[in-house]
Amino acid sequence: MSKGKFGYYDPENPMKDRITDIGPPHYWQMFPPIIRRNYGKWLYHEILEPGVLMHVSETGEKVYTVRVGQPRLVTAENVREICDIADKYCDGYVRWTTRNAVEFIVDSEEKMKALKEDLESRKHVGGSYKFPVGGTGASITGIVHTQGWFHCHTPATDASGLVKAVHDVLFDYFKNMNLPAKLRVSMACCLNMCGAVHCSDIALLGYHRKPPMIDDEVLDKVCEIPLVVAACPLGAIRPVKVELEDGTKVNSVRVNEARCMFCGNCYTMCMATPLADKEGDGVAILAGGKISNRITHPKFSKVVVPILPNEPPRWPSVCKTVVQIVEAYAKDARKYERLGDWAERIGWERFFEKTGLPFTWHILDDYRLAYDTYRTTTQFKFTEHAWAVSKAAGGI
Amino acid sequence: MSAEGQEHLWDKEVEGHRTYEDVRIFTDEQLKNYTEEELKEFKIKHDTPMADELEKGPWPSVISDIKREALHRKKLGQENLQGPMECCEDLLGQLELSYIDMETHWKHGGIIGVFGYGGGVIGRYSDAQEKFPAIWAFHTLRINQPSSKFYTTDYLRGLADICEYRGSGIMNMHGSTGDTVFLGAVTEQLEPIFFDLTHDLGVDLGGSGSNLRTPSCCIGKARCEYAMIDTQDMCYEMTMHYQDELHRPAFPYKFKFKFDGCPNCCVASIARADMSYIGTWKDNIRIDQEAVKAYVAGEIAPNAGAFSGRDWGPFDIQKEVIDLCPSKCMSWDGNELKINDAECVRCMHCINVMPRALRVGVDTGVSLLFGAKAPILEGAQMSTLTIPFMYTEKPYDNLKEIVDKVWDWWMEEGKNRERLGELIQRFGLRQFLEVLEIPAMPQMVKEPRSNPYVFFKEEEVPGGWKRDIKEFRKKHPR
Repeated sequence: MSKGKFGYYDPENPMKDRITDIGPPHYWQMFPPIIRRNYGKWLYHEILEPGVLMHVSETGEKVYTVRVGQPRLVTAENVREICDIADKYCDGYVRWTTRNAVEFIVDSEEKMKALKEDLESRKHVGGSYKFPVGGTGASITGIVHTQGWFHCHTPATDASGLVKAVHDVLFDYFKNMNLPAKLRVSMACCLNMCGAVHCSDIALLGYHRKPPMIDDEVLDKVCEIPLVVAACPLGAIRPVKVELEDGTKVNSVRVNEARCMFCGNCYTMCMATPLADKEGDGVAILAGGKISNRITHPKFSKVVVPILPNEPPRWPSVCKTVVQIVEAYAKDARKYERLGDWAERIGWERFFEKTGLPFTWHILDDYRLAYDTYRTTTQFKFTEHAWAVSKAAGGI
Repeated sequence: MSAEGQEHLWDKEVEGHRTYEDVRIFTDEQLKNYTEEELKEFKIKHDTPMADELEKGPWPSVISDIKREALHRKKLGQENLQGPMECCEDLLGQLELSYIDMETHWKHGGIIGVFGYGGGVIGRYSDAQEKFPAIWAFHTLRINQPSSKFYTTDYLRGLADICEYRGSGIMNMHGSTGDTVFLGAVTEQLEPIFFDLTHDLGVDLGGSGSNLRTPSCCIGKARCEYAMIDTQDMCYEMTMHYQDELHRPAFPYKFKFKFDGCPNCCVASIARADMSYIGTWKDNIRIDQEAVKAYVAGEIAPNAGAFSGRDWGPFDIQKEVIDLCPSKCMSWDGNELKINDAECVRCMHCINVMPRALRVGVDTGVSLLFGAKAPILEGAQMSTLTIPFMYTEKPYDNLKEIVDKVWDWWMEEGKNRERLGELIQRFGLRQFLEVLEIPAMPQMVKEPRSNPYVFFKEEEVPGGWKRDIKEFRKKHPR
């Protein structure tokens, strides 16, 4: 590749030798030969131990895969170390999973063992593992996440730091396959959810709690007011004329604050309506979603904790609450039962009892289609929450 | 269009393939330019006690990783880099500031890109540029990943070199949608990066903004016995066919394709894709009765050993398979496993539990579901089952015809920032079916509507809607 400020690119002549619309590299050239030979011929697989898979082909060939957990944000140095390992053991091939894990594929058990030993021996100078092996079967594998304070303009929390903290407290569940089913944790640092966490067993979601501030001085200059008004899903933004301190009259907007649910869509459309706030922002926890069609339908995650404070760098409240949910689930759920299936079987009242999470009005839906979530039956279980209501109503 | 003739650019099985040596930027000495001891001693230029705390604990530390990149850059020196040498250090400095302020220090957006494209690059600027000048601009490039994210190290090392030389040396492997992502390039380096990506690495940018986002797929037939469609190939073909839609935003909002080989949905198409392609079968589950007995006898671990970390007791086929079947279409008499395939809803549970005894059918095709999205704006939606089964073969013309119908309608009727799923809600599923020219079926709903507010069409009501009030009054005086 080129060197120098502009390299082969000629800024005076930008269209010269330009190549466009070539798409991604063709996938086939990236496959190890054993994968090419057995493409579409796989018979079955076994998980030999946490993090190690064996796939058996109808050709009689077997491939061994060692899966390692990785942060999503990695450096060129990290990628080169992965390349060194792949060159040493895997003939120069390697792959990533959709949950940020790296998979090293080899064609014999001996190579697999040597590879695994090598991977587990590598540590950062700060003490953490570089390539922890695990994340298969009934475990917690990589937390998919977004950019957070590292690299995003709309977040209500950090992503990479929070995820590292949560991974540390869930590490045993990554290394072992002792849960009732797989458990997927995902993290998005604002409602835009570029991480799409809305169908995860446990979802961590950055959330704002203060309505936007209006930067009257620039709003009309940098934003299209009709677009800002239209951006609000609740119709809570209206156009106004305001007088600045120096007496100039400008066009701007005002927010009906009581109707704001802090989605930040106005800010996405217009930089003059920032929401971020040290005290207002925090992390909501949603639980019980899944994407697989196995046994039960895919389902959305439900809000079980409306907000926890931002507590960098370790987010102890978030970590503690996640562990609380995972432990209650691990103890009580049946084999093959995903977290959401467990909550539905025991009833959400039992879920809140067994996890010890407080149930407050925030968890009652009051947005569109809220009524669909209201219980319209006399079938319920008695828990402390129920007694509290009976007492408050003067019935007990 | 297309990378014709470049399908084997990096193919190590093909003579004359490109190697890292052909594209490398740095020498071996430059790459191995620091020792473990130096790294232990290395302090970045900012004091970052909170970020440093995240070096502890077992999970790989992103902070430790960035520090080694910082040291590597420092030893390379600015003379060997086009991106700012100290950007990794300033990034950690700004992160620390965010940990103190508990607010982001990245400014709002910024329209930026390469000539001729409207997507693939996302502008990013620091709002603390005086303190952290090396990250004043820290733009993102989305680079289209190969299907299911297999790589040769030759290609990966090339990516690492250019990311480090012209960018920040920081990447996402991968972005949520699937791209290989470079974080942190200054504006003037965008075109040189694009030039070398396309010329030397043979790769293009991915999608961003209101266009087709970079399609992605599961591992498919490459290493999975459940794959019923060729997810990699479908993903590649659809990506190549729709390059214009991917690079030049002309849509109301983003549009995502995701390809899952089976209903286990490893790539989460049902939750994330406006158009979800999911492999399925329409014949019978293949049963190896001897292997079933081996599972029952405890000779093979259930679910490929996925539950081996806890003692769940001996495998009980009745409790763990037969009783959990959602359509209750299976039975076991102690000797033979029977499946009433006509009643099977293909949830994959029995196959997941006994992969050596049960296999998906051989008469396979694709189910199409539409309309998934995250909450912004009108709330999260999952994809709706719309077309139950289609045979399809490369170049997947019957799928492309459907795509084109959907896009024509959405581009005509969709409002600014309205995802397909929201448009379907606003107009009703029935209108979407008219667009697709398909009839309704009970499989599209969980249950029939409970309100009778049917928007009957005039033409289906005998006599139409035009009536004469005077004629009416003759029979029914006021």
